[in-house]
Amino acid sequence: MKKIKVGLGTCGISAGGELVFNRFKDELLKQNIDAELSETGCNGMCYEEALVEIEDDHKSYLYSKVTVDRVGKIINEHILNNNPVSDWIIKSENISKEADFLKNQTRIVLRNCGEINPTSIDEYIAKNGYDAIQQVLNKSTREEVIENIIKSGLRGRGGGGFSTGMKWKFAYNSNSEKKYVICNADEGDPGAFMDRSVLEGDPHSVLEGMMIAAYAIGASEGYIYARAEYPLAIKRLKIALGQCYKKGFLGKNIFGSRFSLDIKIKEGAGAFVCGEETALMASIEGKRGVPRLRPPFPAVSGLWGKPTNINNVETFANVPWIILNGWEKYAALGTEKSKGTKVFALAGKIKKSGLVEVPMGMTINEIIFKVGGGIKGDKKFKAVQMGGPSGGCIPASMGDLKIDYDEITRTGAIMGSGGLIVLDETTCMVDLAKYFLNFTQNESCGKCTFCRLGTKRMLEILERITDGKGKESDIGILEDLSTKIKSASLCGLGQTAPNPVLTTLKYFREEYEAHIYDKKCPAHSCPSLITYSISEEYCKGCGVCIKSCPTGAITGKKKEVHLLDNGLCIKCGKCFDACNLDAVIKN
Amino acid sequence: MFEVKINDEKKEILNFKIDLINKRHQSGSLIGLLQSAQDSYGYIPEKVIEYISELVKIPAADIYGVITFYSQFRLKPLGKNIIRICEGTACHVNGAKTVLQVLQDELGITVGETSEDDNFTLLSVACLGCCSLAPVMMVNDETFGNLTTDKIKKTLKNFRSKHITEAVHEKN
Ligand SMILES: Cc1cc2nc3c(=O)[nH]c(=O)nc-3n(C[C@H](O)[C@H](O)[C@H](O)COP(=O)(O)O)c2cc1C
Ligand code: FES
Repeated sequence: MKKIKVGLGTCGISAGGELVFNRFKDELLKQNIDAELSETGCNGMCYEEALVEIEDDHKSYLYSKVTVDRVGKIINEHILNNNPVSDWIIKSENISKEADFLKNQTRIVLRNCGEINPTSIDEYIAKNGYDAIQQVLNKSTREEVIENIIKSGLRGRGGGGFSTGMKWKFAYNSNSEKKYVICNADEGDPGAFMDRSVLEGDPHSVLEGMMIAAYAIGASEGYIYARAEYPLAIKRLKIALGQCYKKGFLGKNIFGSRFSLDIKIKEGAGAFVCGEETALMASIEGKRGVPRLRPPFPAVSGLWGKPTNINNVETFANVPWIILNGWEKYAALGTEKSKGTKVFALAGKIKKSGLVEVPMGMTINEIIFKVGGGIKGDKKFKAVQMGGPSGGCIPASMGDLKIDYDEITRTGAIMGSGGLIVLDETTCMVDLAKYFLNFTQNESCGKCTFCRLGTKRMLEILERITDGKGKESDIGILEDLSTKIKSASLCGLGQTAPNPVLTTLKYFREEYEAHIYDKKCPAHSCPSLITYSISEEYCKGCGVCIKSCPTGAITGKKKEVHLLDNGLCIKCGKCFDACNLDAVIKN
Repeated sequence: MFEVKINDEKKEILNFKIDLINKRHQSGSLIGLLQSAQDSYGYIPEKVIEYISELVKIPAADIYGVITFYSQFRLKPLGKNIIRICEGTACHVNGAKTVLQVLQDELGITVGETSEDDNFTLLSVACLGCCSLAPVMMVNDETFGNLTTDKIKKTLKNFRSKHITEAVHEKN
């Protein structure tokens, strides 16, 4: 029997996956066709959604960009007549249009994403799911588990990069009747979606990782703190939790052992700072999510004052694989100090925007050009932003940099959680720094003066610069404020907030100078610093720009060159986008 | 004893949630309670704050502090259709500013406001998690990606005409 799998991650659904799924369902029913229809998570190729995979006799055919209109033909030709529609297939035995995207990846965290039905615990079990926890319960002492994780070299994927095994050891060493394990699924970095995809595509792997951690440190209660903006991830987690309880994988005496564990979901309520571990715990306790000073670290005094181990979604998803395959195999991947793989969310000005998992140590250029297919519209690669609001921009000239925690930190950016935003020549670096400062300024909880007021002052200066009103002293003030905010803030938010400004000042200082001294935006992006005009050479007088202009700044008769009045122009850029003849010029 | 006007069904939802409270950690349920209240009402009415305050024994002022800390909570009702525009990094570098401009021009409101006919509320979010389709907006539960000025106008038009058909239905 053929099996039809429709990709229904958030990306798949927004590309119309649900409509495709329903059409398949209707048609199968109407024509009384014997085929299995199921949903699956995102396989990382968000740029090819909606994806449909048809499995037939252990052969697989992956259809891309499937629309409702294409379903009929796929059913008629492929399902009913064994005649795959090769034009629409991107991967099968003989077709491999996306070989580069897949070939260069090593999938550990994403091992099941896009493969199994995330709402079926049996499909997870069929992929050796829950074998690791059973193996641990039957054969390993708690100390051995911790030792294995330490030796694997796994470092926290939530941004900090602290040794996961060491963290477990600290929590293990804390004496207490009650301990907690927490999964940080708050993923607040705008432009990152790794954790969401894992939770949507393979929630059981995260639960299993939590169970192993709980066993190792001696916790009996667990929480998953999930972002409220991820309704689908939360839904699938709830289903997975329900299945675990039903099968006896959670609750009292798991798998007949003496180990008991309960896991609950807590929904966040929209605050970036709640991704910080101490703020997160305050939020679980029902308070305002304000960070506190460490030490004491959560391993000593965490949730409700009890020893607590907190790890990121991706960190946990690695754990069952390491237990089953051995720490040696994991440690064999990556660089000297950064082992294993890392999942990156490729987005921005890149051709193949989606989710990729590569061994640590791959270079930036390899990820962008080999895996990601290069820059959209074949424009010039300018920089890559890593680590979101806490990170920074690494210029194209450093594209051969090997990605590992320490190499990235040396550039002034950070590995962060894995958002990789690719920028091209049309991105203004001052504007980007302003964008992030606006974000951190908004999300600062307000506890530390430097973070609360310092980010605000920095934002004002950046606004002034992009408005063409920058002063000569501004760069100096920005640098001064940056050092002070970094040293006088209590939590990671303030300590890293100036990074986007510092890295752009380091690598793109001339852009700041052009804004301040020449009142020019080299990327032609800041509205106050550009003017529009109409080319006499290219304008055919079609009138499209006249229609698009909201202020009536463009005039001209049909088939005659149009004229743009700069006095009326508000620089919205609508005419620039509307013109198909490249006759509107930005300067 | 309360003069809170909460209909029984909704009160039940709240009471049900209270049952779930872990007795030792009463305060831990506050955010969940507020979330369920907002699910029922679409926002958090003042009366509900008083009601919850009695139930969990936390002063109303502290609850207000929690509500205003988290961006998810609203103290005012929303319009019929909720538009969430993504202001994430991927969307920002792919022209989210233009999308916002077009929406504001079309609706005559800025972020956080509700149109006069109560038809649309415009909100912004940090990332909708479908960065590969940037720039993105969500109308109610539907995601719209690769937005252009035309696509936005068409989408709004569809929702407006839906509104009109519904209004006609109601009259009939
Ligand atoms: C402002 C701020 C936001 C954070 N956001 C997240 C987040 O969204 N997800 C996450 O896993 N860690 C986040 N962290 C890191 C956590 O504090 C913590 O280090 C992490 O959850 C530990 O897990 P790991 O060791 O597995 O990385 C954030 C830290 C700061 C300072
Ligand atoms: S940045 Fe807009 S969806 Fe992620």
